[in-house]
Amino acid sequence: MTGEDLGFLLSLLMNGVSIGMMYSLIALGFVLVYKATDAINFAQGEFVMMAGLIASAILAIDGAPLIAALVATFAIMIGFGFALERVVLRPLLGRPVVAVIMATIGLAAVLRGLAPVVFGGETRPLTLPIGDDPISLGPTSLPPIQLLGIVVTIVFFAAFSWFFKKSRMGVAMRAVADNQQVAQAMGINVERYFALAWAMAGIVSAAGGIVWGSMLGVDVHLALVGLKVFPVVILGGLDSVGGALVGGLIIGIVENLVAGYIDPYVGGGTKDFVPYVLMILVLMVKPYGIFGKRRIERV
Amino acid sequence: MFHREAGVFKTTYAADMALYPLPIAKWTMVVLAILFVVVLPLVLHEYQLSILNLIFIAIVGALGLNILVGYTGQISLGHGAFMSVGAYTAANLAVHLGLPFWLTLPAGGLMSAAIGVLVGMPSLRIKGLYLAIATLAGQLIIEWTINHVPAISGGAQASIQIDRPTLFGYVLKSQAQLYFFLLFFAVLAIVVTLNLMRSRIGRAFVAVRDQDIAAEIIGIDIYRYKLLAFAISSFYAGVCGVLYTYYFGIANYEQFQLIVSIDYLAMIIIGGLGSVLGTIFGAIFVTMLPILLRVVLESAGSLFFSDSELANVISGTRLAVFGALIIVFLIVEPEGLNRLWRNIRSYFRVWPFSY
Repeated sequence: MTGEDLGFLLSLLMNGVSIGMMYSLIALGFVLVYKATDAINFAQGEFVMMAGLIASAILAIDGAPLIAALVATFAIMIGFGFALERVVLRPLLGRPVVAVIMATIGLAAVLRGLAPVVFGGETRPLTLPIGDDPISLGPTSLPPIQLLGIVVTIVFFAAFSWFFKKSRMGVAMRAVADNQQVAQAMGINVERYFALAWAMAGIVSAAGGIVWGSMLGVDVHLALVGLKVFPVVILGGLDSVGGALVGGLIIGIVENLVAGYIDPYVGGGTKDFVPYVLMILVLMVKPYGIFGKRRIERV
Repeated sequence: MFHREAGVFKTTYAADMALYPLPIAKWTMVVLAILFVVVLPLVLHEYQLSILNLIFIAIVGALGLNILVGYTGQISLGHGAFMSVGAYTAANLAVHLGLPFWLTLPAGGLMSAAIGVLVGMPSLRIKGLYLAIATLAGQLIIEWTINHVPAISGGAQASIQIDRPTLFGYVLKSQAQLYFFLLFFAVLAIVVTLNLMRSRIGRAFVAVRDQDIAAEIIGIDIYRYKLLAFAISSFYAGVCGVLYTYYFGIANYEQFQLIVSIDYLAMIIIGGLGSVLGTIFGAIFVTMLPILLRVVLESAGSLFFSDSELANVISGTRLAVFGALIIVFLIVEPEGLNRLWRNIRSYFRVWPFSY
């Protein structure tokens, strides 16, 4: 292998790691909701899009300071998470899993439909004051936004690990995830923790929306990032926070390597194809993913 | 359908399963047949007929999805992709081999059924949300494949133009001619579904949906019936795709994207899961809604939006309203329009002596 080849491989790996970590960030929101409430959120990508749109709309106001935009975005997404749980998810408690799936698909349609009506159809910029010049890391380099993505992802995963292990609320949430009835018998207000889980999905989506939005620009297509969440969480295990990180890294690296080495021969676009093939294979062989909790159930 | 019974007097299972619960139901069918075959084509304009045509096509596709989701309890987010499989199969056969529609139509359906079984394979091991994700992957993979393989999609625009169907030497090209063509297939799909659901297969589907373990214990081969449900459902979807292709004269993958799968899910949820009549209501509702929205927004929307924005606004509003309706129906009336219709009927059953 010549030096040039090695450099190419390294830059693909580096890019894959950073994109993969950013996938993990979005997947985290998905996993939090599934873990706590057993509900699957098909609107995760739309959450991200919504957060990106809100942030860019606030930044577009003249003189709005960055910090205000960030705080407002987080606040709105948290409020949205709470409201959503109260209005849509709570009435569906105890109904078949298909009903919840359809409801979040409906929600995705609502958000995706309203976005161009409220914010206009054009792509909006979301500029963070971190510059565009690639920062070199040894033999390779990364755009600053991807480095920021890595940092934000690490911060969020560290924060949530601490939250689940050490804080009272986090332990209560784990109890709810483990067994809702026992948790309720122990005096935990299960419904409140369901709402909290959705609010946490809102927080994570806000961070994801700001990072992804400033990398890709914000429009309806930002929601497509949400589709990549499924391979990530299936690979890592639907209810595993660590799995989201590992799954994201694997998907990010695989899709970048495939795009780098195979795209030139097939005319491009394998990035939007390979993750799903990988996912189908995982579903066939090991449906609960690498770290997922195995549920013994005859199908 | 429209008659008023004085009460429930059925004493045998056969009577309960009969397609015509009372002799008068046959007359209702005759009246409906006259309405659709004679009156409507004479009365309606070209544009109104075109709406009916779209409804007929949607009925075929929605029935297929309802067999899978409503009756068998599996979930599929890949219905749009199955339609595209049928559409491109028929278009390729028609263009390259010059086959007539009565060969391409079943061929499209069969090809779609084969792909459907393939995508449905994971249902042998997984269910519920895992199956939803697997079929979502199926949809995305099929979409990508059609878009990236010129041998299937016919090159640059990923679309294939085909000639209108011919019958006994006549080219069916006006809306009125296509009306009868599509009406035939819609009625065929309805009759086949009604009878399928009364048969051993249909009852096995319902058993798998209601309690799969119990179904297995009483001797239903779950795997076989799940795959059969996928096959039948995708066959309907394939036929629906072929009908779209002949109706528009072009097979284009953009008509069969993920959003279409969601439209069809909306149809059966709004109409009523596990009900043929509900499927018809849903197909009518979901097809008419964007047309009504367009009329409303085009007259009122210019007050708020510029013309260039209006197209965006209309398609966005349409999607948002669909999504909201799915949520509202799921929360408020999970059995859909069909349930509302039955409520009205049971109210009038004893009207005006409702005590």
